[in-house]
Amino acid sequence: MTGNLRLGFHAPATVREISDLVAEAAHAKIPLEVRGRGSKYEVGRYVQSGSVVSTEHLVGISLYEPSELVLSAAAGTPLDDIRGILAEHGQQLAFEPIDLGPALGAPAGQSSIGGVFATNLSGGRRIQAGAARDHLLGVTCVNGWGEPFKSGGRVMKNVTGYDLCKAVAGSWGTLAVMTEVTMKVLPAAAETRTLLCFGLPDQTAVDVMCFCLGTPFEISGTVHLQAPLAARLSDPDIAKGGAAVTAIRVENFPSSARYRVSRLKERLAAYSPAVELDTTRSCTFWEEIRTLRMFAGSNRPLWRISTIPSRAAKLVAIIARTLDIRVSYDWSGGLIWLETPLTSDAGTVEIRRAIAEFGGHATLIRAERATRASVDVFQPLDPPLATLTTRLKSAFDPAGILNAGRMYPGV
Amino acid sequence: MSLLTLPKPDEAILGRRDEIIRQLRQLVPNASLIVDQEGRRTFETDALTAYRCMPLAVVLPESTEEVSTILRYCHDNKIKVVPRGAGTSLSGGALPLEDSIVLGISRMTRVLSIDETNRVARVEAGVTNIAITNAAAVHGYFYAPDPSSQLACTLAGNIAMNAGGAHCLKYGVTTNNLLALRIVLMNGGIVDIGGDYLDAPGYDFLGLITGSEGQFGVVTEATVRLLKAPEGARPMLLGFDSCEAAGACVAGIIAAGIVPVAIEFMDKPAIQVCENFAGAGYPLDVEAMLIVEVEGSDDEIDSLLDTIAEVAERYGPRVVRPSKSAEESASIWKGRKAAFGAIGQLSDYYCMDGVIPLAKLPEALAEVAEICRRHRFRVVNIFHAGDGNLHPLILYNANDRAELERAELCGAEILKLCVKLGGCLTGEHGVGIEKRELMRVQFTAADIAQQMRVKTVFDPDWLLNPAKVFPLEGRERQ
Repeated sequence: MTGNLRLGFHAPATVREISDLVAEAAHAKIPLEVRGRGSKYEVGRYVQSGSVVSTEHLVGISLYEPSELVLSAAAGTPLDDIRGILAEHGQQLAFEPIDLGPALGAPAGQSSIGGVFATNLSGGRRIQAGAARDHLLGVTCVNGWGEPFKSGGRVMKNVTGYDLCKAVAGSWGTLAVMTEVTMKVLPAAAETRTLLCFGLPDQTAVDVMCFCLGTPFEISGTVHLQAPLAARLSDPDIAKGGAAVTAIRVENFPSSARYRVSRLKERLAAYSPAVELDTTRSCTFWEEIRTLRMFAGSNRPLWRISTIPSRAAKLVAIIARTLDIRVSYDWSGGLIWLETPLTSDAGTVEIRRAIAEFGGHATLIRAERATRASVDVFQPLDPPLATLTTRLKSAFDPAGILNAGRMYPGV
Repeated sequence: MSLLTLPKPDEAILGRRDEIIRQLRQLVPNASLIVDQEGRRTFETDALTAYRCMPLAVVLPESTEEVSTILRYCHDNKIKVVPRGAGTSLSGGALPLEDSIVLGISRMTRVLSIDETNRVARVEAGVTNIAITNAAAVHGYFYAPDPSSQLACTLAGNIAMNAGGAHCLKYGVTTNNLLALRIVLMNGGIVDIGGDYLDAPGYDFLGLITGSEGQFGVVTEATVRLLKAPEGARPMLLGFDSCEAAGACVAGIIAAGIVPVAIEFMDKPAIQVCENFAGAGYPLDVEAMLIVEVEGSDDEIDSLLDTIAEVAERYGPRVVRPSKSAEESASIWKGRKAAFGAIGQLSDYYCMDGVIPLAKLPEALAEVAEICRRHRFRVVNIFHAGDGNLHPLILYNANDRAELERAELCGAEILKLCVKLGGCLTGEHGVGIEKRELMRVQFTAADIAQQMRVKTVFDPDWLLNPAKVFPLEGRERQ
């Protein structure tokens, strides 16, 4: 351990080896890029590390108890393996993890389960079922000293000690290397129905979606795609319509799903819900939303904005005054995916200014490396929160070697 | 395990009590300060009443700024602070220290705003849990976490302990329903985290602070998610000849793809006590009973209860009684809701809070019975079965110090059993002082060290609620 860490790519098959590698890097103060299967390599601030530690060889599902709604897997296990085994048992990851692959010019289905939790990327069902972090029951990790530690467990309720699962979820590998994750899984609904309204202006669409979430029908998806984006989906009724589409999803037992959709239709009559997708078409539609099909095949910068749902359309309108943008709204407006023109700052100035006025935060998901090296990819934090962030980083990784600078400079 | 001890008080601080009170008087209005013996006595314990300790003084601030002023003063003078909500902690989370000031949040009770469109409520953190739902109910909404102390407990305490409740099987616990908070750190710094949107930027400090047992800061305001009330809800009562069959039925319901809003379990002693007390019409000839509640329209509820009855048939139920009306529903819940009061009239009890994997339920109940038999205690089991959160109530005589000590030993054995079966020490009550010394049963030294490092991110001098959560031994080395 004399600071001559082998540079290059390391994909150990054991926690012990990861632990040794991190300890060695910490001792030598050599930055270490932390990676799952690398599907989100091109997201975040661009940083160069001589050494990479990947969990892609830490694979396998060690526990799956369908009647207890729990599954444990090594961090490098492909997400699709987990989705597959859950589907065989009529279950799912209810937070519907977003797959950034297609938007980044790669195939879908390349994520590791560790990467899903490390980035806390939740999909359309987040409004009803919670985020990725809400489903993470337990983790084992290696911290920046190279020490393995665990937090949480395999049971549904657990307040024993601090919830360090929350700290590592969404930390983009900057606090620890996750080696195993235990998650809550849930039954998949037997029936999915989706109501579509066409041609609604953004503000009206947001109003409709917020209205739907205020009904007792447990709406599990609300998205609105502006016309140019809607045209990129495969459903013939949507693609050929040439209009913006607003989609409302209901999932339940068949009789309940039908009942709830019929009640919704009555309440939305003024907005002419013209099409009702059955389970098969619904699943295709929502899978395309989950894999961001509407943003595939483009190299324009792509932003992910989290904001107050009812203000989303106004926020977008302000940005649209100066930038040529294409927008889809998820979470009834609470989540905005926004494509900007290819400029050197990817529209950062306009977007951050609008966020400052309307509230929320923005992350630059897709952009050239040069752009990502020159702008704040993640939302800059207020000073008190920035101080806590630096201190938390030090509490896990005092040498500052794990994915150093991936989220914020010096973190 | 012997009775829990508190760390030796700092004599220098005790000696400065008069001076500290004089200085506090200059910082907060007299009405916010309690220094007399009788006044302080109210705050010397919480719902873990076996432990009592008189603090130096009690401060009940009325604003975030006052909280900040007090904490900064205590920080600069190295005075320990024990934050307190309503004092309903069952794990001694709000137990004072002799050389500490109790900072109570109970006067900050305003509901600041209800936003129907975005389905959020902004409140001061001293508001009671039920008051949030009451304020939202006029709009047809509710706040989901519902700990059984919800009439009294504060949101600040719920956040500190990550409180759950009967309905968290479907709706999650506090951490899943919190969008923003304002927290005052020990140095007086005020930090705002999150907003009226679903995820906060950067590290998940919301999630990290929730369940930190008042050791990171004092939460003064919070924004919570509101949910639309369902069209209706009705329970079904299922009785079985054995705890095993009832436990297997719970797993069977979940495996059938149904996540009821609540599944409550009562064993025979619990059924008898509740029936005697409330006359709820419970079957007295069964060994175990489930109350399973589902939500939706009337037709949906009928259909779901039919499906549950079909599942239950596989486990040989003695009683299958779906509620057909609001009156029946009320009567089914009447006994359950009266349970703790009913048992309290019979005897003092020590309420455990371990969690086990659902499949281990029969094994766990059998072993809990055996442990209690060995320690010569009666035990009553009433708990949230859907998530495996056991609440064995050990019946004992609180006036007999030796018996308390035995009850604690018995409880510790039960919690160790939960960990051995793959579960954990506490599902919703928190570690507090009660389970502090058991942390090593669940965690390695490295696990605990990592948690303690996170504590120092917020409070490097260990002044906030310091004697809780972690074993005292070895603390000095941190």
